[in-house]
Amino acid sequence: MAHPIQLGGIDYAILLIYFLFVLGIGWALKRHMKGSSDFFLSGRSIPVWITGLAFLSANLGAQEVIGMGASGAQYGIITSHFYWIGAIPAMVFLGIFMMPFYYGSKARSVPEYLKMRFDEKTRGLNAIAFAVMTLFSSGISLYALASLMETLIGWNFTFSIWISAVIVLAYICLGGLTSAIYNEVLQFFMIVFGFAPLAWLGLRDAGGWAGLKERLVGVATDQHFAPGTWTESWQHMGSPGANPLGVEWFGLAMGLGFVLSFGYWCTDFLVIQRAMAANTMSAARRTPIIAAFPKMLFPFIVILPGMVAVALMRDHHGGFTLPPVSATDSSPNFNMVVPMMLAHYLPTGLLGLGFTALMASFMSGMAGNVTAFNTVWTYDIYQSYVAPAKSDAHYLLMGRLATIFGVILSVGVAYLAAQFNNIMNLLQLVFAFVNAPLFATFLLGMFWRRANGHGAFFGLLLGTLAAAVHHGLTLPVGAAVGIMKGGWLGSVVHTYPSAMAQNFWTALFAWTACMVVTMGVSLATAQNKSDEQLRGLVYSLTPKPPAEVEAWYRKPVTLGAIVLAATLVLNLIFA
Amino acid sequence: MNFDLRLPLGLLFSLFGAMLVVYGLLSDPAIYSVSLGYNVNLDWGFVLLAFGVTMLWLALRARRNRS
Repeated sequence: MAHPIQLGGIDYAILLIYFLFVLGIGWALKRHMKGSSDFFLSGRSIPVWITGLAFLSANLGAQEVIGMGASGAQYGIITSHFYWIGAIPAMVFLGIFMMPFYYGSKARSVPEYLKMRFDEKTRGLNAIAFAVMTLFSSGISLYALASLMETLIGWNFTFSIWISAVIVLAYICLGGLTSAIYNEVLQFFMIVFGFAPLAWLGLRDAGGWAGLKERLVGVATDQHFAPGTWTESWQHMGSPGANPLGVEWFGLAMGLGFVLSFGYWCTDFLVIQRAMAANTMSAARRTPIIAAFPKMLFPFIVILPGMVAVALMRDHHGGFTLPPVSATDSSPNFNMVVPMMLAHYLPTGLLGLGFTALMASFMSGMAGNVTAFNTVWTYDIYQSYVAPAKSDAHYLLMGRLATIFGVILSVGVAYLAAQFNNIMNLLQLVFAFVNAPLFATFLLGMFWRRANGHGAFFGLLLGTLAAAVHHGLTLPVGAAVGIMKGGWLGSVVHTYPSAMAQNFWTALFAWTACMVVTMGVSLATAQNKSDEQLRGLVYSLTPKPPAEVEAWYRKPVTLGAIVLAATLVLNLIFA
Repeated sequence: MNFDLRLPLGLLFSLFGAMLVVYGLLSDPAIYSVSLGYNVNLDWGFVLLAFGVTMLWLALRARRNRS
């Protein structure tokens, strides 16, 4: 079979030059890596526009780009809720309310904050779960990259894995977190410049927004939805049956908008590490808010091509098709939307730019996980339990070694994923259970001084358990009982209209359980920390920072209000 | 840290822009049938070039101001 993407000489030249620059940045930063804090925290010295773009980019891995394109085709503009409801409010909340405690506590990682605020066992639980998760995510990124390269352009699986692993390894070992952050900014611009022409050409081809709307009517009515379902984000959220997502507005707002979104953006060290590298408290607070501005506009770059693709496929316009899922399943593989659109619209030259952007986003997704892993491993596991009180040079060396074995383990995971895809899906399900309750712990930790170590620890455990039990007792409609789909506890108590709805409600149950248990156990046991120890970690015990004398465009609250208002306007326009 | 990211950003995108512009001028117009007849290499190359040069200019201006 011919491969969908045929690269020309100029395309290879762009790819090669990009990776030379990536390695060059690592090399140039090498002499700045004098101590462990340079390596893991970038010496807290990065300007805010860079941490902001890196904050955004660390999340903008290829799974995101590819997944959002696929969802754009399957669900239409409703996918933008993952941005406008599922990201922006949480990013603004993190910047305004939570960052003062993360940055101000001088904690070097999220688990370390948990230790300062609660106790050792809570930190240990979080650190170990997080370290394992990052390694698996990094390996899954690598696997996804290599299998995509194999289908797209015919590169050998092993070749793709090792070449990407070696490049990521090299630039992180050389320049640590700074190198990862700088390359994330490079990757951000590559994604924007590589994919924007795709969105523009696609929209042009579909006859502009009006033309696209018209074409998508058929897509919606074919599936028995109201004509505007693919192009109106709110009008069909009244009941789960009225939209392809299978969720109503309440489940969406609470499950995605509140628990899942805040749980990810406000507690995941992978993104927060970028803000912690900022050079001042004000910059750290502005980091997620500055990231929210481009984030707000990303649906136009990543979701729109998916919407165009599904319209073109229905009309058999320009011969655009998607390959089937597999030899036995002939339904279209929506994960191929973005790569196939690249091949369809971009001539050699720009194709190289788009292809490089795609590859770069896989690698920076991996690099983000590796830098978060080496920090948590070195500070929260190695320094805490294995070898405390060693010299700083020792920990710097450990950071580099952790990077090497982190990358090697990721490669192992990638091969494992190629062999046992089901195990990987199961692991991701378990990770979702572990993550779901976390935001309740941080919310109570930062805003309720009475929350204590026992409360946090048992809240997390029982929250995870609640997620598993809820999943075990419910099932999406039409799915067979099984460990992946749910209902494995013997009886199905409730049937959801879609797997997405089941996810959202699983998260809500986990969050509520964690909240209730943490409060109950905290009230039943004594506070293990004195007020003095909690200063700077809890809202009511932290002195208010002096009134900011900065210009309005540097104030986190003002910027946050602007981005929220702009998001509201977008929601209204595309309601 | 005296490492200005705008410098490599500017260099990279000026280079990509220049490459695409030159390629857009020299390439066979037939390859643009996929992009609806637009010579996107030429057009987008200019956009990249403008972005790259702006970054370079900002980086050099900052460097001059420091010294």
